[in-house]
Amino acid sequence: MPVPLLSILALTPLAAGIIVLLLPAEKRSLIRGIAFATSLFTLVVSAIIFFRFDTTAGGYQFIEKMNWLPALGISYHMGVDGIGAAMELMAGIVVLSGVMVSWRVEDRPREFFAFLLFLAASVFGVFASLDLFQLFFFFELAVFPKYLMIVMWGSPKTREYGGMKLTLYLFLGSVVALIGVLAVYFTSGLRSFDMLALEQAGLALEFQRAWFLVIFVGFGVLGGLFPFHSWAPDGHVAAPTAVSMLLAGVEMKVGVFAALRAGLMLLPEGMRYWAPLILVLATINVVYGAFIAMIQKDFKYVIGFSSVSHMGLVFIGFATLTREGLTGAGLQMFSHGIMTALFFAVVGMVYDRAHTRDIRELGGLFRTMPIAMLGFVIGGLVSMGMPGFSGFIAEMPIYMGAWKTAPIVAIISALSIVITAAYILLVVRRVFFGETPEGIRAGLSDISLMDKIVVVLLSLILIVIGLFPSVLVPWIEAGVRHILVLTGGA
Amino acid sequence: MNILSAHLLSLILFLPLVGAVVLLAFPAAKVKAIRCVALVASLIPLALTLVLWGSYRAALTVGEFKFVENYPWFTSIGSSYHLGIDGVSLVMLLLTTLLTPLAILTSFNIKERVKAFMILFLVLETGMLGVFMALDLVLFFLFWEIGLVPMYFLINQWGGEKRNYASLKFILFTMGGSLGLLLAIQMIGVVCGTFDLVTITASWPALQGGELFGIPIATVKAIAFWAFVVAFAIKVPVWPFHTWLPDAHTEAPTGGSMVLAGVLLKLGGYGFIRLVLPLFPAESARFASWLAALATAAIIFGALAAAAQTDFKRLVAYSSINHMGFVVLGIAAAAWAGGQTNPTLRESAVIALNGAVLQMFNHGLTAAGMFFLVGVLYDRAHTRQLAEYGGLFAILPVYGAILVFISMASLGLPGLNGFVSEFMIVRGVWPIFTLFIALAMIGLLFTAVYVLKALKLTLHGALNEKWVGKLTEISRRELVVIIPLMLLVVIIGWWPAWILNLINQTVMTWF
Repeated sequence: MPVPLLSILALTPLAAGIIVLLLPAEKRSLIRGIAFATSLFTLVVSAIIFFRFDTTAGGYQFIEKMNWLPALGISYHMGVDGIGAAMELMAGIVVLSGVMVSWRVEDRPREFFAFLLFLAASVFGVFASLDLFQLFFFFELAVFPKYLMIVMWGSPKTREYGGMKLTLYLFLGSVVALIGVLAVYFTSGLRSFDMLALEQAGLALEFQRAWFLVIFVGFGVLGGLFPFHSWAPDGHVAAPTAVSMLLAGVEMKVGVFAALRAGLMLLPEGMRYWAPLILVLATINVVYGAFIAMIQKDFKYVIGFSSVSHMGLVFIGFATLTREGLTGAGLQMFSHGIMTALFFAVVGMVYDRAHTRDIRELGGLFRTMPIAMLGFVIGGLVSMGMPGFSGFIAEMPIYMGAWKTAPIVAIISALSIVITAAYILLVVRRVFFGETPEGIRAGLSDISLMDKIVVVLLSLILIVIGLFPSVLVPWIEAGVRHILVLTGGA
Repeated sequence: MNILSAHLLSLILFLPLVGAVVLLAFPAAKVKAIRCVALVASLIPLALTLVLWGSYRAALTVGEFKFVENYPWFTSIGSSYHLGIDGVSLVMLLLTTLLTPLAILTSFNIKERVKAFMILFLVLETGMLGVFMALDLVLFFLFWEIGLVPMYFLINQWGGEKRNYASLKFILFTMGGSLGLLLAIQMIGVVCGTFDLVTITASWPALQGGELFGIPIATVKAIAFWAFVVAFAIKVPVWPFHTWLPDAHTEAPTGGSMVLAGVLLKLGGYGFIRLVLPLFPAESARFASWLAALATAAIIFGALAAAAQTDFKRLVAYSSINHMGFVVLGIAAAAWAGGQTNPTLRESAVIALNGAVLQMFNHGLTAAGMFFLVGVLYDRAHTRQLAEYGGLFAILPVYGAILVFISMASLGLPGLNGFVSEFMIVRGVWPIFTLFIALAMIGLLFTAVYVLKALKLTLHGALNEKWVGKLTEISRRELVVIIPLMLLVVIIGWWPAWILNLINQTVMTWF
């Protein structure tokens, strides 16, 4: 029997989280050590999965299947396609980075790291789920650690509001999606939640059209789809650094991934029918998100809204239903995950030292934290779609997909490139250059070695993908081929 | 050795980048070592470019490129790592690899954060070189955009007082301009199914009649044409897209201004020649007179604006608009004649285009020289106001002589390089856009006005006493920067054939 890599990946953090909770709270180093070792281990496992994934063969690989609740047609069914494999790797990188930047959490580290590991288990599980119920199970597993981490470790002023808003939005979205999932379950007549079977169920056209929006938008809420995006900036800002990284970096991808799996892949006709609407909403995401990011005064809100803008591009890629668009969307999911984790990590490092996130009160930080500045600039270049960085590699195919289906979408959303450049450059200049205001000078120091490793690692990934797209593209394309078979596209 | 010679272009392209990475490992305090490494990293590409020049054999057919390298890069969108050069690119490569070490040598006077400065400069060189080598639209765009980032930071971090304003204006203007270029490139890529320039040059212009995206193809092409033109016009810059230039050039550190005026502006002119003319021959011919009108406006207004300046560096900045106007005028004439069959007109177009390319090279030399000389003065006097100088010839005879020399080259004095190219443009454009070239002559007159004004206010007249004993003569390092430029100015002025032949062989294949 082959090693059940995907189960190991998803269940190790769960087990480690429980073990951490059972330890005495004083054993801080041990707790940190376990969290670090676990996240390093999951990164290695996700890398093994990624590199052992056969991109020429495509399809679903590393499949594990067991009966779970056979009476209800629920099975424990793990497997990844190329996109899933890439997402697992991305999540592995972000989780490890999140643990590393949280090294100095002093307030109840035991609970903090345990919850962080639960969150990791949830995302690893979703990306590998081939059973709708199981997907839902892992999807919802994230709710309680997310909520608790925001309200317990979040920024004091907004954590209750932000945590509550985020949880209610996502709950609402997932309830709606659950209704849709149940509709698929009953209508298919298969009495099974197995997605591989449901993909082939040949659901009626009218059904697909009627129920598509329920599932796609329900999950899409977590992806930040306009007009259901407003939880994202508030939630991201309220959350502690590592959670912001995971929320914006990975959780938003969990949302679009679930929307892709359960919405697009089970109801392709529905996607085709509703594509114009999704394109319109996503274009609003892209342009409106960028404009709102530009007027923010809070460093972290800028990044929060930029995520809304960038996730719009993923939805555009999906809605084009073309090979290019879908490939770009997958690349953007990966690229944005790493980029936004980098952003939030740097924002957290700045906040820890300056104790403010108001852009007007910051300045001149490159003197004390040059590496953090460099990381933020590289993240910014990715964000503005600068060629040579991963953002361009992702956006280019998305735009090409848009040109094939709705050129006007490409033209309008391209506006966001210049707006993004403007706000990123302004933020970089105000926060990292110029004079350091008197008020924040006292607390400034360079970032720790752990932090530096994170910043450099994430930055390098963004550059390498930008210069050598072939390190990632074949995986995404392997996934896209399968999707195109389902949608009947070329 | 075989591998090296087969990848000569890649080698030239990435050596500066390698130098930048090497510098990254240096401790910031070792200023001297950092300067030396940066200089060496930019001198090797120059040496290799000379090797390239020596082994270059002109292509005889249109669309044939030399030293080609073609590898798959981003296959899912049909983009490849495709490099290659012809005579025009080779001349631009020489200009770039020549000016970069000179600018780096000039920047030895930078005291703050030398390491970061040099790294950015080397990255900038790779970006510029890439544009002149790329034969893939995505690759072209990549290098086109990537050069903006180091330039932005050079201005923003080491610039003058208004650097924040100037740098943001610079990058937003250029990025805004390239937005249309990006969209047009994507559109062409989607229609042609590849981004390979050689393939597209064969298929895209042939696409006629019918509809694209529900719009008549002629309209789509006209829009795409203008998208390309605006992007390049901002870079050149052509009036009325020029307003970023005086600010950026004035605020940039001296080395940055040299490269900005010397090379970055040429990216725009090169874009016209490499992309606009081959991809949109019909549209170019149709809209050529509009372009010529804008170029004429740039020549006249650039000269008038330069004559009105009180800031020495701003004066030189506006003079770039004036000189680059001639480049665009020459290109416009060639664009127009591309649609004609009359052999005399086509012959004139060849002369005009030759002149335009040579003018790019010449302007690169003189503009870099002028900005350098302004910088030399500014470093000592810490002012750029012309009114505060005066009579400096008396205390700085060598500097004064050099300033007069380079100014005369910029003015187009016969025997120096500017005359050759401007004469060729005037001769070539005359039968095609007689009125415009006649009007441009007014601009030429005012060129003399502003050049002489600058000389008068700095070197002649009563000596401003406060400078006595304060201003020192041009240093040896500075002489090393300016002498190669002066030599080239004279050589091209007397014997332009060595460079013109190269340009002409390539231009002839297009007509």
